[in-house]
Amino acid sequence: MEHYSMNLTLKVWRQKNKDSKGAFETYPVKNISSEMSFLEMIDVLNEELIREGKDPIAFDHDCREGICGMCSMYINGRPHGPWQQNTTCQLHMRAYKDGDTIVIEPWRANAFPVLKDLVVDRSSFDRIIQAGGYISVNTGSAVDANAVPVEKDNADAAFAAAACIGCGACVAACKNSSALLFVSAKVSHLALLPQGGPERKSRAMNMVAQMDKEGFGSCTNTGACEAVCPKGISIENIARLNREYMMAGAGSDK
Amino acid sequence: MKWSEMFTSSVGKKWVMALTGLFLIIFLIVHAGINACIWANDGGTMFNKAAHFMGSTVLIRIAEIGLFLGIFLHIIQGYMLELQNRSKRKQGYAVPMGNKGSKWYSRSMALLGTILLMFFILHWWHFWVPARFIGHEELTEININGVHMHNMYNLMQFTFSELWVVLVYVFACFSLCWHLVHGFQSAFRTVGVSNSKYLTLIKNVGIGYSVIISLAFAMMPVSMYLGWV
Repeated sequence: MEHYSMNLTLKVWRQKNKDSKGAFETYPVKNISSEMSFLEMIDVLNEELIREGKDPIAFDHDCREGICGMCSMYINGRPHGPWQQNTTCQLHMRAYKDGDTIVIEPWRANAFPVLKDLVVDRSSFDRIIQAGGYISVNTGSAVDANAVPVEKDNADAAFAAAACIGCGACVAACKNSSALLFVSAKVSHLALLPQGGPERKSRAMNMVAQMDKEGFGSCTNTGACEAVCPKGISIENIARLNREYMMAGAGSDK
Repeated sequence: MKWSEMFTSSVGKKWVMALTGLFLIIFLIVHAGINACIWANDGGTMFNKAAHFMGSTVLIRIAEIGLFLGIFLHIIQGYMLELQNRSKRKQGYAVPMGNKGSKWYSRSMALLGTILLMFFILHWWHFWVPARFIGHEELTEININGVHMHNMYNLMQFTFSELWVVLVYVFACFSLCWHLVHGFQSAFRTVGVSNSKYLTLIKNVGIGYSVIISLAFAMMPVSMYLGWV
């Protein structure tokens, strides 16, 4: 595709801190290259704001190659922007044309409070992982890598679930602010592998309990999460989690 | 897991919605089957006999209590879920996501359910309350093969002689269809069916079921209003 430059209007959510009331601010940006990434376009705007002595727009980012899960912008009514299976950092300006207006909002959910501008606190995801998204391994000499047989189909499905980068787009897209796609990906990843077996039941129960405690909603299977997931995590994982949860719960003594 | 977690945990609440929903899906087949007897073209004899069987059989009367429990559990839990889920995002988006990624009816289950609840109140007032409790001047007695029974067919014909009633019923069936298109497949997902070969089958069977059941119900008042039966 041929290179072109564009002038855009950005409407960005600005919020001083967690407790202040935010509002949209409008910024015109000029001479944006179609080959820039979306975050580079924000960088250009921020440099201008700094030159003018203004506060630059705060936003989360880290690897800028679509694998870390830090970037988190709700762009024109869709988490991570208009492209399928894509993170904000991998969105490029060729998705837009001269004269476009782009509205940028932070993830919205009570469990993801806004810290500043477009940065939200996603530590609720960390606490869900701490509640059970791990396997316990005794210390000692390392087990040979191929000693435990894993069926190929299960290994593939576990790998597909493990692709979740925990960005929170599923929560941002869900009308119920449900984190079930994230939790189900983590539960599925370990439930499908023999190493996840010993803690399988307590994991499903504890992670769902922590998710509820953090203030996420219930899943109603609308599929919005799957549609925006940058890693293409399937909602079949949610069905698996529902089964894991009830098998663990119904099979418990108490 | 404590029993109470069926009603307090997010996944437990979904299980209650799914199990009561599947129960109601089975009930609708029975209801549509009995009512389809009006199309026997025998002046309502077969329908009245079927209705009398349902009303006079002890086991079915006991099952009726279960049916009402199921309906009210589904309604109350549904509203609780909707209210709780709505409260999870105090500040909404300036640009809503709309249909980017989900279907309108999957996001409108509470609205469709509310339309159905309002319809049920009217529907119970039309048929269930007169038949069980207070009677109706058009609910005459009839003698079929020596057995006295209500002439429910007569009450149906009287009720569906008014155009607005027919239109309300058809609109309710339209809402029912969309509620079922999402509810049928969603219920199976919630009770843990995650295999893609079943999910594809369930989705298609669900669409077929929703359309056939809703169309059958909608055609009953239409048939009577237009004098086809």
